[in-house]
Amino acid sequence: MHRRAALAVAAAGLLALGACSAGDLGSSDDGTTVSFLVDNEPSTVKNSEALAKAFNAKNPGIKVKVETRPQGGEGDNIVKTRLATGDMANVFAYNSGSLFQALKPEQNLVALDDQAYQSTIDQVFKTTVTSGGKVYGAPYGAAVGGGILYNKAVYSRLGLQVPKTWAEFMANNAKLKAAGVAPVVQTYQDTWTSQVIVLGDFHNVAAAQPDFADKFTKNQAKFATTPAALRSFQRLQEIHDAGYQNSDFASLKLEQGLKMLAEGGGAHFPILTFALATLAANNPDQVKDVGFFALPGDDADKFGLTVWEPGAFYIPKSTTGAKLDAAKKFVAFAVSKEGCDTIIKTTTPGGPFVIKGCTLPDNVPPAVKDMQPYFDSGANSPALEFLSPVKGPALEQITVEVGSGIRKAADGAALYDQDVKKQAQQLGLPGWS
Amino acid sequence: MTSTVEDRRAETRGTAAAIGRRARARSAYPYWFYLPAAIVYGVLFIVPTFASFYFSLTRWTIFDYKFIGLDNFIQFFQEPALVKGFTNTIIYAVVTSGLKVVLGLLLAVLLTSRIVARGYLRSVVFFPVLVSTIGVGITFTVLMNPQHGLINRWLAVVGVDGPAWLTDPSYALLSVALVAVWKGVGLATIIYIAGIVSIPQDYFEAARVDGASSFQSFRHIVLPLARPATVTVVILSLIGGLRSFDLVWSMTRGGPGFTSDVIASVIYKQYQAGFYGLSTAGNVVLFLVVTAIVVPLFWFLSRREVEQ
Repeated sequence: MHRRAALAVAAAGLLALGACSAGDLGSSDDGTTVSFLVDNEPSTVKNSEALAKAFNAKNPGIKVKVETRPQGGEGDNIVKTRLATGDMANVFAYNSGSLFQALKPEQNLVALDDQAYQSTIDQVFKTTVTSGGKVYGAPYGAAVGGGILYNKAVYSRLGLQVPKTWAEFMANNAKLKAAGVAPVVQTYQDTWTSQVIVLGDFHNVAAAQPDFADKFTKNQAKFATTPAALRSFQRLQEIHDAGYQNSDFASLKLEQGLKMLAEGGGAHFPILTFALATLAANNPDQVKDVGFFALPGDDADKFGLTVWEPGAFYIPKSTTGAKLDAAKKFVAFAVSKEGCDTIIKTTTPGGPFVIKGCTLPDNVPPAVKDMQPYFDSGANSPALEFLSPVKGPALEQITVEVGSGIRKAADGAALYDQDVKKQAQQLGLPGWS
Repeated sequence: MTSTVEDRRAETRGTAAAIGRRARARSAYPYWFYLPAAIVYGVLFIVPTFASFYFSLTRWTIFDYKFIGLDNFIQFFQEPALVKGFTNTIIYAVVTSGLKVVLGLLLAVLLTSRIVARGYLRSVVFFPVLVSTIGVGITFTVLMNPQHGLINRWLAVVGVDGPAWLTDPSYALLSVALVAVWKGVGLATIIYIAGIVSIPQDYFEAARVDGASSFQSFRHIVLPLARPATVTVVILSLIGGLRSFDLVWSMTRGGPGFTSDVIASVIYKQYQAGFYGLSTAGNVVLFLVVTAIVVPLFWFLSRREVEQ
């Protein structure tokens, strides 16, 4: 008797497991379940869980469940494979710009341009999630700046001024080195961080040659042969040649680099400002000592910030029926004022939001406040990867080589041009075959 | 008693021979018995192999593909990282198999001599072979950290300024190769132990009677008679070295920059970047290269064995 009961329980358990498997499209008794796939970066997970919780509390008929995936190249593959096999979560978060273009949005994603909230979204952001004239995404989180986090305490101790040109920046570095502080923190164990000096310099490239992004996409402009673009690689080399990096740059990881900056062991850290969330979590007492300025160029009048647009929410075509409605409702909630506030409460935003009505509170770290003037005055440009679908995957290895003195700047730029060609051909862009 | 066992053995041998004869004439099993294995093998090995030959001639995404002829191969051979990857692969294969031969032989000589705790020492030498490669890679990455790693701290105690093992471009590949040797030398040692133990003691006794020193008996008895073991060790470690990936990837990811890239890591990076056609072409190239090296080597060595 007992045994039969146990068997029945086991069978029921199996049935229940079957009912909530990934491919299930129907809704269970207590409403619709929406799966939501995000990458496993800790602050992204925290924000996503918070959004799901707030949404579920407001919508008793719908249950949003967060799933995670790896970051970087491995994550890209998972997203593409799941889309191709029709096995994608009901909503997923992914990059905007060049990576979004590689998803074949027309084939795989549900267009979101009829949604009421689109009128509140920043126009520049929309272009980064548009394909074939239709908008497919809604912004997730804040825009971030690519520039230099600096230690204000060190600056005031040595009487330094925020530089507006590259020459001033290098002069500051010389003084810092003389004072025994590592002028520029680099963390090449997280290879992607090595790209920031090159990518964050794009505002200066665009200021010198406004049509660079367009020509670059059409295979008419190259990094190696465009002086302003080559300059980005040369800046990276100059920092290495002058010996301005921390001595352990090759073996440090991002988190250790942020710690070094916060504690004053290093004065400048070229990085994307979303790293502030980690810095604020690990060094809560020193976050007030950290400020931010854009990567300076050669002309003080054109000083401005390179901006990384936030990632976005997307809904795959495999989401249909009641789940599609629920998914759209969730995305609409996430980009509402309430959604922004949930994110702000959960983690430290790395910059301003691209949604009208979402303003940053007064208690954000000073480095985030330092970004505001660039937005107010309009002295900013989106990073190249948001203006062109072409981005070579090997840039981080190339910049590690240039930044470690293994390869010269000109050679690195030429190698990157070759790398980019493969990406353009893979995307089937005209003018590259 | 002994005779019964002998009889039974002879009987068994007779039956086995009979089965062998019958098998040659007509299979003991109906053909559909092979079907499940054939389907699994066909679907998982044969079809993908031939499909990959075709897809190496296309530029494909997960969603569609376009035939482009030999462009992928041209592109692949123009890949600057590839030249580096090729030389690195060869350096890595030669260094690891060379060191495994030398160290494996010396350890085997030590572990076949009469020393204390011989069995224990044999297991200690063999132990790293059993550990997960990724685990070894991560552990050594920590140990080899230039500032905080245990290795350089110990070196500092003796007053040596240790190099940046994994982050200095001139040492990175060799550091990985050293770890590969540490991990793989146990297997080479076991093969050598088996080879040395099988040398008849008579030779050593005869040599001793003739007044040979221990070095002379090593040079003129152990070295030539352990040759089959040397061949096995060289082939195994050469093939292992040519297709090495896991240790390189877990320790340096081919870095810093491209300086410790091997063929397999170059291919993996192309795949990761979404250049599926290019990485398929790379795998076809790797397949051909390994075949081109191993088949003649295998043919050459098995011919030598027949001659012997």
